[in-house]
Amino acid sequence: MSRATDGRDAVIHKIRAALGTYDSAARRSTVASRLGAPPPPLVPERAKQASERLRGLFRHYLEGQSATVIEAASAAEVPTAIARFLRGANLPLRVRVGEDAYLAALAWGAEPSLERRKGAAVGDDEVGLSHATAAVAETGTLVLASGADNPVTLNYLPETHIVVVEDKDLVGGYEGAWDKLRVRFGRRAMPRTVNFVSGPSRTADIGGQLVMGAHGPRRLCVILVRG
Amino acid sequence: MSTLTSPDFKDNARAALADKQLQRALSEVAPGLAARRSAARAALPEFEALREAGRDIKDHTLAHLDIYLDEFERKAAAAGSIVHFAPTAEDARRIVRDICRDAKARLVTKGKSMISEEIGLNAALEGDGLEVVETDLGEYLIQIRGETPSHIIAPAIHLTQDQVEADFRRLHTKLPPDRQLIEPSQLVAEARQILRAKFLAADVGITGANFLIAETGSSVIVTNEGNGDLTQSLPKVHIVLASIEKMVPTLEDAGTLIRLLARSATGQEISTYTTFSTGPRRAGDPDGPEACHIVILDNGRAELLASEFREVLRCIRCGACMNHCPVYTAIGGHAYGWVYPGPIGAVLTPALIGVRNAGHLPNASTFCGRCEQVCPMKIPLPGLMRHWREAEFSAGDAPLLYRLGLAAWAAAARRPRLYHTLARIVMPVLATLGRRRGRFRRLPLAGGWTRHRDLPAPQGRTFQALWADHHAGVPR
Repeated sequence: MSRATDGRDAVIHKIRAALGTYDSAARRSTVASRLGAPPPPLVPERAKQASERLRGLFRHYLEGQSATVIEAASAAEVPTAIARFLRGANLPLRVRVGEDAYLAALAWGAEPSLERRKGAAVGDDEVGLSHATAAVAETGTLVLASGADNPVTLNYLPETHIVVVEDKDLVGGYEGAWDKLRVRFGRRAMPRTVNFVSGPSRTADIGGQLVMGAHGPRRLCVILVRG
Repeated sequence: MSTLTSPDFKDNARAALADKQLQRALSEVAPGLAARRSAARAALPEFEALREAGRDIKDHTLAHLDIYLDEFERKAAAAGSIVHFAPTAEDARRIVRDICRDAKARLVTKGKSMISEEIGLNAALEGDGLEVVETDLGEYLIQIRGETPSHIIAPAIHLTQDQVEADFRRLHTKLPPDRQLIEPSQLVAEARQILRAKFLAADVGITGANFLIAETGSSVIVTNEGNGDLTQSLPKVHIVLASIEKMVPTLEDAGTLIRLLARSATGQEISTYTTFSTGPRRAGDPDGPEACHIVILDNGRAELLASEFREVLRCIRCGACMNHCPVYTAIGGHAYGWVYPGPIGAVLTPALIGVRNAGHLPNASTFCGRCEQVCPMKIPLPGLMRHWREAEFSAGDAPLLYRLGLAAWAAAARRPRLYHTLARIVMPVLATLGRRRGRFRRLPLAGGWTRHRDLPAPQGRTFQALWADHHAGVPR
């Protein structure tokens, strides 16, 4: 037996001894049914509102967490909204972006001077652009799934992160996000990382004063696309 | 292992009370966190119901922990993680050292992990010649001073901005000596610049885990800085350090605990970053680690499942009990002398390092009960501290005078007549002696009490005597 297996068996054995139990079919089945069909959790009322209200809630919390929220009337407006935000923040018109099909299909022709570099983020990228899998209204939280389409480093390396999220992906509570992830990746499966992002990076570790951009982005700009 | 000074708790506490700078920091930070928690709780009507749901999730998971660990391991392995079980701190250190050696690592970055403090990981890795860099800003600030955390979510609350500036000037010598470091934002920017280079150069990234999810084999970290994400996404190897009780069954269960964690800790609706990691990078992924190891530590926790201290394993390490504790807020975290301070430390520390080493901790409580009131997992902390006091007493570890005093008290309290007789004799004497001031500044055998406060003098008659008069209709 390998050392690794030794450790495993020792820990499991100790737990069983402490619980005064053993590996029974009944206990296995209790666990299997909970994993297969989780009992409905307690969802706060604020997460159960109509979608129009959820949009306001999402915006309220994200702005309260120091993010910028822009609503675009349609996907066609997104490139211009991005360019306008970058100009307003005095940033170069250059973004790092993955292979996301939705983002690739946007009307970039409207902003010919906006450069898109493909791939994972590198050290000197100033702006990352991602497409969120879901937006959770209850706490103003973006849900990003890693992959070639939306590399995880885009969320953390550049000083500015722009995230596009579609209105159809706005959900009330975290449960809505689990549903979307399960539809996309299957039950009991996840991509390498799922990132809940609820504002720019921050710290209050020095002098108790809140400062943005501790290690990740100093700025988070969310574009919520309607229609 | 983190240097153990819990046996010197009384000296530590005395020093902390005399430390003006620490007192100023404590008087600001902990009450601020408590007030923000209170506001967050008020903003979510379901908060109390969520606490009950959270408690039930953990109780269910602990009762089936062997099977959930099995499920977790299976799912994590299916996603490409390598799961290691470490019965002891030494096992965990050996596993991590071996992984670093196999990866030919020279530089290791670390996200915040209390377990890493518990097993003394940094010293072990540094002993192997590795450079180990803490990346949580608070952890970095104390690492460069050679100190330990004083709070589990705000590890550097005992430091002032001036101290940080002095440390940065002493250590970051490649930067211009005449640079401005007046604002916290300037200090943060400097730390960002220094640590960014470490993130990019690291060979191995080590993070803790707030939760392990059996459903998907995922580990979860919660941060506000994003340091944990850079730690685990950039190096070629990611090591997760977790202990057995971090387990939850499903994503839904993790969601319930996430709803409680940040609100209890900092009063945020949610922390800025909550990250679910499942295995190494996938085929086609342009970033993420090439290998992911998950080290699951027992280190004495399984035994707690069989004991009256089982409920302490529900803890999600939010720190609310500290922010609301009159003892913690008076002396800070270092006085507790080991990794876990405050009420949770007063219960957990004796369990992990022995009541003989940490017997002072459960005794340093006023039993005011606020820790239990605010604990998101409804852990009955005062009751568990009382168990430790009993255990210490039964083991014969309590000081002789304390034992004799308690034995004398018990003898009188169990014999009502004797008690009443003694009270009738002693009380008028004390009342007469203390008549002038109405209180005692000094009393023989009670120096521990009167050193910090006065003892009110009895008013002359016992409660029983007054009660008897009251029943007999005698006017007062």
